Amino acid sequence: MNLAEGVQIVSFGILAVMMIGTALGVVLLPKIVHSAFLLAGVFISISGLYILLNADFVAAAQILVYVGAVSVLILFAIMLVNKQQDYTELPGRKIRKIATAVVCFGLFALLGTMVLATPWSLSGASPAAVDNTVIALGEHFFSDYLLPFELASVLLLMAMVGAIILARRDLIPEAIATADSRTTSLTLPERPRELATLSGEEQD
Amino acid sequence: MQLEYFLLLAAALFCIGIYGLITSRNAVRVLMSIELMLNAVNLNLIGFSNYLDPENIRGQVFTVFVITVAAAEAAVGLAIVLAIYRNRDTIDMEEFNLLKW
Repeated sequence: MNLAEGVQIVSFGILAVMMIGTALGVVLLPKIVHSAFLLAGVFISISGLYILLNADFVAAAQILVYVGAVSVLILFAIMLVNKQQDYTELPGRKIRKIATAVVCFGLFALLGTMVLATPWSLSGASPAAVDNTVIALGEHFFSDYLLPFELASVLLLMAMVGAIILARRDLIPEAIATADSRTTSLTLPERPRELATLSGEEQD
Repeated sequence: MQLEYFLLLAAALFCIGIYGLITSRNAVRVLMSIELMLNAVNLNLIGFSNYLDPENIRGQVFTVFVITVAAAEAAVGLAIVLAIYRNRDTIDMEEFNLLKW
């Protein structure tokens, strides 16, 4: 990163304000769709911070995986479970919120004092010692981190299979027993979709 | 630019994530808070990788692994939310008491 010091500080300030503001919006806004879009804003500003920290490949991966995949996945989940329900008020909920805020602020104070009090053993090398991070990351992946790399691919396969099994509709035994003759071997054994949900209820 | 700035920023993001995780009643928002916390961890790792270990960037390697696990967690978590919504017809976290008592 060969930017001037002032440029780096200004861009850090802008990205930090963006990140904290959008993160507070994710947590505090009443509409969940707005939260989902602000979550993409959090991911984009974190990617900018990665670029400030000389991690260009991870910044690109952050954009691809989080903004491209996870945000879209969350938006699809919101559209699939779009249920406008009024939450019943529970007694003592406000007290719980205040207590949680106090605990979180205390945790932040604790972490802040720890960060500021610890004498970090900063490396003497210049922060941009590796000029091509993709090559360095690839060497790590295929030499000393080969086993975790392969395990990550197995984990992704397991997550894909698990998500499909969890999210598919249940089998109904009587529907299979009274299946009409039109079903072939290629027909999926799923519950027929309820017609009531197709009648276009007004939901915003 | 110092390491402490990034660590303080990550700590703030982590605490916002914890607040959302505990207080929100929508199950999808809980998953979003978990994503916020994982991103705070990633920011910490990249900061340490840049300032404490710039020759061989091991923190970036771990960040890639954390991103992988976070993507898998998001997929499985949203599938669980869909399954619970189909069975219980609600996404209110206060009514998910299948394993409670």
